[in-house]
Amino acid sequence: MSKTGILKSSLSKKYAMAFTGLFLCLFLVGHLLGNLQLFASGPEGQSAFNEYAEFMTTNPLIKVMSYLTYASILFHVLDGFVLTLNNRKARPVKYVVEKGKLNSSWASRNMALLGTILLVFIVTHMNNFWYVMHFGEIPMVDGLKDLHTITLAFFNPQINSLAAVMTLLYVFAMISMGFHLNHGFQSAFQSLGLNHPKYTPVIKFAGTAFSVIVPAGFASLPIYLFLIQS
Amino acid sequence: MNITLKVWRQKGPNSLGAMETHKMTEVSGDMSFLEMMDVLNDRLVREGKEPFAFDHDCREGICGTCSMFINGEAHGPGRNVTTCQLHMRSFKDGETIHVEPWRSAAFPVIKDLTVDRSSFDRIIQAGGYVSVNTSGDTQDANSIPIPKHDADEAFDSATCIGCGACVATCKNSSAMLFVSAKVSQLSLLPQGKTESSERVLRMVDQMDIEGFGNCTNTGACEVECPKGISLTNIARMNREFLSSTLTSK
Ligand code: SF4
Ligand code: FES
Repeated sequence: MSKTGILKSSLSKKYAMAFTGLFLCLFLVGHLLGNLQLFASGPEGQSAFNEYAEFMTTNPLIKVMSYLTYASILFHVLDGFVLTLNNRKARPVKYVVEKGKLNSSWASRNMALLGTILLVFIVTHMNNFWYVMHFGEIPMVDGLKDLHTITLAFFNPQINSLAAVMTLLYVFAMISMGFHLNHGFQSAFQSLGLNHPKYTPVIKFAGTAFSVIVPAGFASLPIYLFLIQS
Repeated sequence: MNITLKVWRQKGPNSLGAMETHKMTEVSGDMSFLEMMDVLNDRLVREGKEPFAFDHDCREGICGTCSMFINGEAHGPGRNVTTCQLHMRSFKDGETIHVEPWRSAAFPVIKDLTVDRSSFDRIIQAGGYVSVNTSGDTQDANSIPIPKHDADEAFDSATCIGCGACVATCKNSSAMLFVSAKVSQLSLLPQGKTESSERVLRMVDQMDIEGFGNCTNTGACEVECPKGISLTNIARMNREFLSSTLTSK
């Protein structure tokens, strides 16, 4: 009976945004927990991290999860792009004076901008590490690809002349991610219709906490690695 | 008080519009915004100029006819008021006030500050009703017991006056607050519940066809809505649409 087609409906597009977004939040938690091992920068930390990297690139279950993650990112980006285009079309003539800041948060009004920054970051970041790990020339230690040394070197100003710029770039991307999550996390629940006087305040609190803790955790690594090596 | 007005002037649906400046003197703080516009129009008519077209009817905040995007906000500054209930004391002496029509592809400008909001009517026609005839041989109101809480919630949703401020204020021109209020008002009560699943599919469909944008949960609509319609209505509609989509035949 649906005239626009169920998959084409504006609400279905929102559900897809919410589902993929929440899945990517789960991915972030896993990724962060793995990365935190980099705080152990000595030889033990090195072999533990390299074993972990090996596990993450070869375990079949992890493989399935990583394909789901790539698909989620792609879908989230494409869907977000379509939604943004539609929304622009919905207001062809702009207001001369518009005061959005009186009724909504900055992040909520700039999700597409923040998302674009994150997309650029993801491509850069995958090129810096993921590509190197999967397809690049990489030294071997104890029969394992030595991603640990590559990572440390990347943020070492003695070795990489761009280390300071990269550290700043990574921190900037994480701040953008914080804002994106700050709106996105609780927004996903609202889109799925999960709104309840008892639980919504908890979800909002959890979203704010998530959007601070997770990006701060990620950002702490390049800062730490840069500082101990300079 | 003295006011400088910058008002949107647009000859017709297909013409280009622009802001036009008018100085107002001796504006009383007790005038409503519409009364101040009346004074301006009266002056324009006496000067042999074209008055500004704007929508209004009840002038007591209940019909939803008045509109205007004033100083960057739907129905101007102040919360829970329509433009007809907005008073000039909300502005400062010497202030410049920008007045624009609602802007949305689904609300095309007719002339100056008036827009065509019949897209809202078509959404209601798509499903915003109860199919059985409830007038005439009216049943006793208490023959179907309704919990007070449900009745109150339905009433809150039913206070939506269909003004379109939610659309005007939303950066995406989304009509979700309006549509969800209408969906909720009916689905919360037993009389409307039986058709709720079909209703939500039809109304959302029509909403998309009319060219409103997609909700991104900025929450601006809830803040600017003159009737304080809450975002919980949107969540309820999201929920109903999801389950109706999954179960519809
Ligand atoms: S939800 Fe509020 S702003 Fe939107 S049409 Fe109804 S009364 Fe107006
Ligand atoms: S004129 Fe009726 S609500 Fe303003």
